Amino acid sequence: MAFVAIADRDHEQEHHDPQTFLTKYVWSQDHKVIAIQYGGIAIFVGLIALGLSILMRLQLGFPNTFSVINPESYYQFVTMHGMIMVVYLLTALFLGGFGNYLIPLMCGSRDMVFPFLNMLSVWVYLLSVLILLASFFVPGGTTGAGWTLYPPQAISAGTPGVGMGIILMLVSLAVFIVAFTMGGLNYVTTVLQARCKGMTLMRMPLSVWGIFMATVLGLLAFPALLVSAIMMILDKTILTSFFMPAMISAGEQLSYNDGSPILFQHLFWFFGHPEVYIVALPAFGLVSDVLATHARKNIFGYRMMVWAILAIGGLSFVVWAHHMYVSGMNPYFGFFFATTTLIIAVPTALKVYNWVLTLWQGNIHLRVPMLFAIAFIFTFIHGGLTGIFLGNVVVDLPLSDTYFVVAHFHMVMGVSPVLVVFAAIYHWFPLMSGKMFNETLGKWHFWLTFLGAYSVYLPMHYLGFQGVPRRYFSMGTTDFLPESAQMLNASITVSAIILAAAQSLFFINIFMSLWKGKKAEKNCWGATSLEWLTPDQPPKHGNWGHDLPVVHRWAYDYSVPGQEQDFTPQTVPASEVPVGRDHGVTHESMLEEFQEK
Amino acid sequence: MPIAVVVIFLVVGSVVFHFVSPWTFTPLASNWSQIDDTIDLTFWVTGFVFVAINLFMAYAVIKYRAAPGKRAAYDPENTKLETWLTVFTTVGIVAMLAPGLLVWGRFVDVPDNAMQIEVLGQQWHWSYRLPGADGEFGDVSAKLITKENPFGMDYDDPVGQDDVLISSPELHLPINVPVNLNLRSKDVLHNFTVAQFRVKMDMVPGMVTSLWFTPTKAGRYDLLCEELCGIAHHTMRGAVIVEEPEDFDNWVASNPTFSDTQVRLAYNPEPNSAAAQYAVCAACHGHQGEGMVVLNAPKISGQSEWYLRKQLENYKGGLRGSHKDDIYGQQMAPMSMVLFNDTAIDNVIAHIQTFPDNPAPKTIEGDIESGKKTYAVCAYCHGGNAQGTKAMNAPRMAGMTDWYLQRQLQNFKHGIRGQHPQDYYGKQMSFMARILQDDKKIDDLVAYINTL
Amino acid sequence: MTITLIFLACIMATLIFWLLKQTLNTQPWVSDAEADAVSGMSLNTNPQTIGLTTFLAVATSMFALFASAYTLRMTMPDWSPMDEPVVLWINTGFLILASVSYQWTTSVALKSHAQKIKLGLITSGIFSIFFLIGQFTAWQQLIEKGMYASSNPSIAFFYVLTAMHGLHLLGGLYVWARSVIRVSRDADAESIRLSVELCTVYWHFLLLVWALLFSLMIST
Repeated sequence: MAFVAIADRDHEQEHHDPQTFLTKYVWSQDHKVIAIQYGGIAIFVGLIALGLSILMRLQLGFPNTFSVINPESYYQFVTMHGMIMVVYLLTALFLGGFGNYLIPLMCGSRDMVFPFLNMLSVWVYLLSVLILLASFFVPGGTTGAGWTLYPPQAISAGTPGVGMGIILMLVSLAVFIVAFTMGGLNYVTTVLQARCKGMTLMRMPLSVWGIFMATVLGLLAFPALLVSAIMMILDKTILTSFFMPAMISAGEQLSYNDGSPILFQHLFWFFGHPEVYIVALPAFGLVSDVLATHARKNIFGYRMMVWAILAIGGLSFVVWAHHMYVSGMNPYFGFFFATTTLIIAVPTALKVYNWVLTLWQGNIHLRVPMLFAIAFIFTFIHGGLTGIFLGNVVVDLPLSDTYFVVAHFHMVMGVSPVLVVFAAIYHWFPLMSGKMFNETLGKWHFWLTFLGAYSVYLPMHYLGFQGVPRRYFSMGTTDFLPESAQMLNASITVSAIILAAAQSLFFINIFMSLWKGKKAEKNCWGATSLEWLTPDQPPKHGNWGHDLPVVHRWAYDYSVPGQEQDFTPQTVPASEVPVGRDHGVTHESMLEEFQEK
Repeated sequence: MPIAVVVIFLVVGSVVFHFVSPWTFTPLASNWSQIDDTIDLTFWVTGFVFVAINLFMAYAVIKYRAAPGKRAAYDPENTKLETWLTVFTTVGIVAMLAPGLLVWGRFVDVPDNAMQIEVLGQQWHWSYRLPGADGEFGDVSAKLITKENPFGMDYDDPVGQDDVLISSPELHLPINVPVNLNLRSKDVLHNFTVAQFRVKMDMVPGMVTSLWFTPTKAGRYDLLCEELCGIAHHTMRGAVIVEEPEDFDNWVASNPTFSDTQVRLAYNPEPNSAAAQYAVCAACHGHQGEGMVVLNAPKISGQSEWYLRKQLENYKGGLRGSHKDDIYGQQMAPMSMVLFNDTAIDNVIAHIQTFPDNPAPKTIEGDIESGKKTYAVCAYCHGGNAQGTKAMNAPRMAGMTDWYLQRQLQNFKHGIRGQHPQDYYGKQMSFMARILQDDKKIDDLVAYINTL
Repeated sequence: MTITLIFLACIMATLIFWLLKQTLNTQPWVSDAEADAVSGMSLNTNPQTIGLTTFLAVATSMFALFASAYTLRMTMPDWSPMDEPVVLWINTGFLILASVSYQWTTSVALKSHAQKIKLGLITSGIFSIFFLIGQFTAWQQLIEKGMYASSNPSIAFFYVLTAMHGLHLLGGLYVWARSVIRVSRDADAESIRLSVELCTVYWHFLLLVWALLFSLMIST
């Protein structure tokens, strides 16, 4: 039976829905199940990476106290923590997880257009994760080359895991890219070709825009990583000299000739910088929808938000070398890349203004997802502004390769997107599970996460100012660092441990709510977008029951003057809008009436 | 509501932290005050934006928090406001970028009168080369690098003969003279950073990169590698010493030229005088250099000549054996003075090389399996069989005196050895010895080395 | 990097301008009966075509990056141009024939001529397999001459580029095999036509990529 993403269906077809446990939950082609599989795997490896970061912090805060951490394992932890968080957690969770779950629902289609490919994508992703985890168990362990895997160091003596470790890492990345491409083709095609009637591009929620653009970036940028991975594997295994120059290793001459380590860096960052936006753009989109819903107000400057996403997407391909100001590349490139980098700050700043202006004159409900969204704005402003330091080539000179960089990218690429992940999970949890989460526990989780994260990363910037280099197993004593710097490090470690422990509240909340949470009311936040309007909650296979939805308005008709409710779902035609007093009626009081219809 | 209060608190707290905390930029010691100015400017602009947006957000959250009977405004967009915000942002960005690019323009433009010095990085230490009297560097090639020619100098290039080679991680610079550092690497990426000079640059094998600055304050500055270069990355330290030009000239003169090093390599000691000079050592270390436990003298036969030379020089120079708790080192230090010049040292070492190399007796016991795990880290420098690697400055340990090894590990760990500011390689080892949490780990490790 | 940048700039510019065109003159918050009536397909074609086009963009990005790496690596002193085996010219001929044959198959597929479609498909497949065998022969000739991947970066690039191109063709042959089976089983004409059309586009793309890679390699 050919699957059609956009078509009404009859009872006959519903009998073809998967029935057995295996087809329903394991070999499922349902985008929602695939989304949860993607999310589950991603969060699982994310927890491993979190554990690694705590081990690193223990060494930095209390040097040489724990015997499991030595320079070899430390650099392995650094590498795997970075790689897992950036690629296997954030990319997979935002696109494979939220992308899969939300695109068809928000676009009003029954599924992705190529469901089989979609299923293949998640299994290939699992394979890449297994290969990655296997590298922990090979002789020599995982690679310890840093997540950037710069040659010659990544494949020459002196680095942990230069045997199987690095090869498995590169193979795993290649497999991941295949998985991502299979998923990405789906996301792009579904957004372009499988929206329901009336859903013009400009009526799509910003989540879809963010995920769509991020997917485009991913599809075009990941090949750069694939190319460099292939060439590095060859340098390692059959001794080609793509990246490897003539060099000495442990006193011995190697047989390489004139390869260019800088070439690798160009390729890597050609992927690596768009990767930042592959993580950021979906976060921008999701947080916009959370903000609008809980502020009961349309997202301010929707069109500008869309264009900003386009502009950021386009520009993100011409800024990569700002990671390489001190790499030894032609210094004149610095002028160009500093300029493009700072230009990209303009659309990004506009997005921040518009989020804040969405709050202005809103009717702000400070529920758990909204708290996370507001905290995101705060940390993103912080991380974005420190990016201006590093993007401005001459300011980067003293700061690059120090803890300032670590603090910056964790704030902007770690804390901020993760806050959005939590905002989104709390926001869509009632839809995905049909259950309500525990608000009190959610608030505890929020406060510990937000304050914990800020107390970890704010002080790190100052370590960077003092000149503490990143990727140092231990500082020892220096002429220029005061004793108190170590105190700061210890306090960061304590905060990090609290922060990590606090995440257990999240899991307790999720599992307890799944087990015996209160049944969630339908469209409990009073949202306008399609995903909340499915006949069943959680939506069943095929999403829409018999009839596909028809869209009559954009996704942000909150508190429209003259209308009785403070939200008008996208499916309500202009003629059927309940007209009434234009104030005094909020969605809670209207909820019952809406549900009766 | 609490979120708004917390945001305000965090904004105020961050600003206060910024101004009152003791952690801030290390004082500048070079000409690059303009970099600091650009940073200050960036701070003021971004700080203003940080405070303004967050306070505005907090105010909005307080003012427009949900309340019964309230309703949000409907406000799809406001082109005028958005245009103004764009213009305002662009102005702010230009205000930060333009001065930044001007300063970068100065950085890429190396002054003509800059003194040229080459920095050579390798896992995990530094060395330097000065162009010598003719002011020109001789040709080098990575393919020419050997144990005897660590800089990869072209033997046939006449220009290179007078190049001054400095095989120490310590670089001296004359004050107030612009210097252009030509950065080279033998193996992997490294990065030359002195926090007080503000500028840094990667060192890339196969190419020469550069950075320039003018040191403006005399003193000793820590040099750090800031590009991950393997497991001992954090121990790749050196120092830059900024001093008066006369002192700098003396320092240059005290280092050998390339041709000097070739001459010394070719030196053949006279056997009889070598034996005579060794007689003093024999009293403790034994006639065959086998070591004597009662006199606390380790075995020296079979140890690499470069390591013996380095240690003798360290004892003579007070880099070793000067710590008050280093009782046995303090005995050795005066003895090393007997070897009054380089020739004497060369003679004695040459004599030691003639001794038979019998493994020292094994006296330490421990958990060999546990020691083996720990040794994985040591193997990076000392080699899989503890045979020692000259390129890593790592001496041989297999078959050498185990109680001595144990004591040295303890000394390194407790800061009794490797703490002299000029004992760079000792410092490196003391970093590593600290990962041995207790005496048992040291015994286990030494017991494992005994099996090699 | 310039090559990739130009390629990507073209792809991104096309996409962004197209999106801007869709979005520039709308005010989505204004009720719009015209918009209510639009279907959710942005382009008047089937999803498979969009899927393939997107995949071609990904493959283009990859080959362009390889080409960039090639031109950058070329400037290093150890580069020595290689002598490409003559058999490559013959292989190129096979690939052109495969492409032409596919084009012919598409034209007969429009008329749903099952026998001719089958003939066309099989001819295209055989030419493609000849191409792959030819490429493999070229590899063997190089190995016999002692020209290994580690000998010189130009040779290493030759192996890598031909291998990547060959892998893409192999992937195409998998789809080709499925269409042959489909034709043999008399599947519905529409799905056969679609699969022939898509394969044709893919083969033309691979021919174009090969032409560009080959000319890059022989010209340097």
